[in-house]
Amino acid sequence: MNRVDELVAMIRCENRSPVRFMEVCGGHTLAINQLGIRSLLPDKISLLSGPGCPVCVTGTGYIDSALRIASNPEVILTTFGDLIRVPGSEGSLETGRASGMDVRLVLSPLHALQIARQEPGRQVVFLGIGFETTAPGVAAVIRMARSEKRDNFFVLSAHKVMPPAMDALTSRGIRLDGFICPGHVSTITGSAIYKSLARDRHIPCVISGFEAADILETILLLLRQVNQGTASVEIQYTRAVRPEGNPRALQLMEEVFYRRDDWWRGLGIIPASGLGIRDEFRAQDAEYLFGRVTMQGTEPAGCACGSVLTGQMTPSECGLFGSVCTPDSPAGACMVSSEGACQSYFRFLQ
Amino acid sequence: MGTSILLAHGSGGGKTRELIRSVFRPFFTDSRLIAATDSAILDGAAGQLAFTTDAFVVDPIFFPGGDIGKLAICGTLNDLAVSGAKPLWMAVSFILEEGFELEDLTTIARSMAATANANNVALVAADTKVVPRGKGDKVFITTTGIGRLLTGLEQVSYGAGIRPGDKVIVSGTVGDHGASIFASRLEQPPATPVLSDCASVLPIMGGLCDLAEHIRFMRDPTRGGTATVLCEITEKQNWGIRLIERSIPVDGKVSGLCRLAGLDPLYLACEGRVICIASPEKGEEVIRRMKTCPAGLNACEIGTITSENPGRVVMETTIGGTRLITMLSGDPLPRIC
Repeated sequence: MNRVDELVAMIRCENRSPVRFMEVCGGHTLAINQLGIRSLLPDKISLLSGPGCPVCVTGTGYIDSALRIASNPEVILTTFGDLIRVPGSEGSLETGRASGMDVRLVLSPLHALQIARQEPGRQVVFLGIGFETTAPGVAAVIRMARSEKRDNFFVLSAHKVMPPAMDALTSRGIRLDGFICPGHVSTITGSAIYKSLARDRHIPCVISGFEAADILETILLLLRQVNQGTASVEIQYTRAVRPEGNPRALQLMEEVFYRRDDWWRGLGIIPASGLGIRDEFRAQDAEYLFGRVTMQGTEPAGCACGSVLTGQMTPSECGLFGSVCTPDSPAGACMVSSEGACQSYFRFLQ
Repeated sequence: MGTSILLAHGSGGGKTRELIRSVFRPFFTDSRLIAATDSAILDGAAGQLAFTTDAFVVDPIFFPGGDIGKLAICGTLNDLAVSGAKPLWMAVSFILEEGFELEDLTTIARSMAATANANNVALVAADTKVVPRGKGDKVFITTTGIGRLLTGLEQVSYGAGIRPGDKVIVSGTVGDHGASIFASRLEQPPATPVLSDCASVLPIMGGLCDLAEHIRFMRDPTRGGTATVLCEITEKQNWGIRLIERSIPVDGKVSGLCRLAGLDPLYLACEGRVICIASPEKGEEVIRRMKTCPAGLNACEIGTITSENPGRVVMETTIGGTRLITMLSGDPLPRIC
């Protein structure tokens, strides 16, 4: 019997009552659906997708601000591909580009800095979104830009940190029996950030890798904690995650960013959950030059992304799902990103 | 003659003649083209014809394994071939951007002629236009082709005879072209280049002619990739497809790149592959014949037609789970062909 079959058999043995486990990482959402993991599990195990896809939790107000900035002909707006089709209140970066704005896709913030070096006469703005996984890389590039006194490279930060959102979920009465904790985020942060969730909220937490056997083993470890009535933080993804995380990356983040209150789709304002750029680096801060971003914007009518992201609704229970809202013409952010719960559900399970 | 395209090269006057004489004439030698009449006059062909056209705007224009010229010829040849037709004549039209290097244009013309000659198709009509700098991007090429439909293969475009039990076959690794273009655009392209599969599928098709009654469907999985072709053919049918993920051939470099970039090779374009649905009796034979062609070495069965899940493509994942395959939405890679 191979490892996957073995784990599935052990999960079946261990699973007694209905349980709800949530992952909060777009990579896990995608892996679970691509591998067809749900089809191997007993019906009593529900896997929910939480607020782990950066594009999905970012407010329409951020897109509106980006479009306002890009309407300036001096500006080259650079972005990861995921954001390009996210609807703002009155259009997306894609429609902005079609109407003549200079919007360019990049694969890394370094690429954006490179554009700024090549076009010193233009203002290059990079849309910084993502959690602890991407924030250190952006911090490094901001520091690089400052040290070369680059006066035409800016970051519009919508970076967020994960633990406050996980805490907000559990403190608002959403029933969860365990967290499949994000593997990539944890390589940076280490495992200590989940301790209070386990201790104070009594939720089992297991940091998971992304292969089939990783995810199945994580589910098994969570089930064991549930059955034993314990709640602790375990690392399944030991080949990548150390308890102390990556101190160098954490220090870089700390040096460039400060914590601020931020708005999350489905969860609203969460204290100290967002990352703004520190004053020492304001020469690179797009908000300093172009004005403060209001993250919260007008949400599309009828869109239930907020309820989906907090595990209160499955994508198919949303009235817009599959009719008004499809990957080709998304109404809500969760249908845009390949890591979004709704798109993933639409593509692999519907 | 300078070294780059000027607006005057599109004027229709002396400069245009000079461009044709120095760049195209050495390679495009068909007498009907050289006659420079407004239309090529062709000997009538009996029976049914296949007629197709395609525009090529790929960026970059030179990529590992091919260039926009080879792609433009193969693209149209392949559309004819998978329709069950033997290509006879082609027309080509260039839109050139002011400032485009003549040396690059010469390389492209040479590549087109070599590909057309190797596949015995005549380039009988051509046109060139020039647009001001910034109004185009180096070179855009449109090719149009006419072929004669081969007896017994009339059904392969439609897949009307597909039934449960039939075999789904692919002629080689999937997603190579899309991955190659993606890699070429990276800031730091991989040290060993990812080769496009850009090639004519005529030899593969030629080897299958006498199995015509067992070939239910053929298509080349270009934009949208293998997944999209299978979804299109399955839509609204009273049968479904069961794909086996571990049977789907993917080049090691392509799968590595896909993992890194979050792409799915099933949705990446091929430019030298055929998806073929064949009868269960002759499925093995189809694969054997494909393997005799250089472009078909990795041919294999990737799934079957089922009576379950009508209208849907379901894939058994590498770990034995199942998931749905849906049509590509959005555009993962701009301008791949």
